[in-house]
Amino acid sequence: MTEQEQSLHAIHDIKRMMERSSRFISLSGLSGISAGICALIGAWLAYPFVMGSRDFIMSWEKAYSLAEQQSWTQLFNNWLFWIAAGTFAAAFVSAFLFTYLKSKKQGIPLWGNTAKRLMINVSIPLLVGGIFLMRLLDYGTFGLIAPGCLLFYGLALVNASKYTLDEIRFLGYGQILLGIINLFFEGAGLYFWAAGFGVLHIVYGIYMWMKYEKQGIASV
Amino acid sequence: MLNPINQLNKLFDSRVRLGIMSALMVNESINFNELKELLEITDGNLASHLKALEENDIIKVEKGFIGRKTNTMYSITKLGNKAFKEHIQALEKMIKATK
Repeated sequence: MTEQEQSLHAIHDIKRMMERSSRFISLSGLSGISAGICALIGAWLAYPFVMGSRDFIMSWEKAYSLAEQQSWTQLFNNWLFWIAAGTFAAAFVSAFLFTYLKSKKQGIPLWGNTAKRLMINVSIPLLVGGIFLMRLLDYGTFGLIAPGCLLFYGLALVNASKYTLDEIRFLGYGQILLGIINLFFEGAGLYFWAAGFGVLHIVYGIYMWMKYEKQGIASV
Repeated sequence: MLNPINQLNKLFDSRVRLGIMSALMVNESINFNELKELLEITDGNLASHLKALEENDIIKVEKGFIGRKTNTMYSITKLGNKAFKEHIQALEKMIKATK
């Protein structure tokens, strides 16, 4: 190997290591699978409430009157709200658990620089999305909630891909695609939601687990 | 003309050390296990390279605990930062010189 080639190799190694070391690599595929299962259970529980009345959750008249009241007690008296909150909590806790176990196996502290960077960059699109969807609820625009969830979550994942295993970018693209299609199929929000948060998570999780964890290899 | 090889730092003359330095350049600090995972090498190998860099004031070590386990954090020194940047510049010069 010539000196020039050696130098090129060295620069290449440096670049690769700088990139790899600034990413959170403990994210477990099992986290994706467990979050997906939680989402499917949540969607199944929510089904009778969402599909029970013709305009999914409630009639538009009731929705508008609710919107005028802007009443929080109404929200907390809603079963759907508690199903959603429970689903999110279960998905978050189980996803956290598997990633915690993986980081422990790798001997990497879970709450390191890379984890912090990842959390901040996932949170920004999610929080903005959350506020936006709250306002949509206030206006009674329930048909846009499911695509909204998918779109903002997808954007959060694409953003996250710079700070963790890069493949998560494709999970993000998938969610965005589903969200956009869902915009044109209003009544089918729950199905799209289940496909995105349930099925896509599970497919992604299995793929990542097979790729990185099956043989105990946890590196790019 | 000055031979750029002279500017290459002997201390960084190994893939492992290049890896350690690259990782530390973009992170405030990294612990031993994280480095091991990133570089995919054995404890002993990593430890000896870290020691050499530490002895030359290129990196600094901070020992702490997470629960009952020891947690050894490594970070780059000012001198290390400067030396590594010069090393990269020298590498770049070598690539350009032969073009």
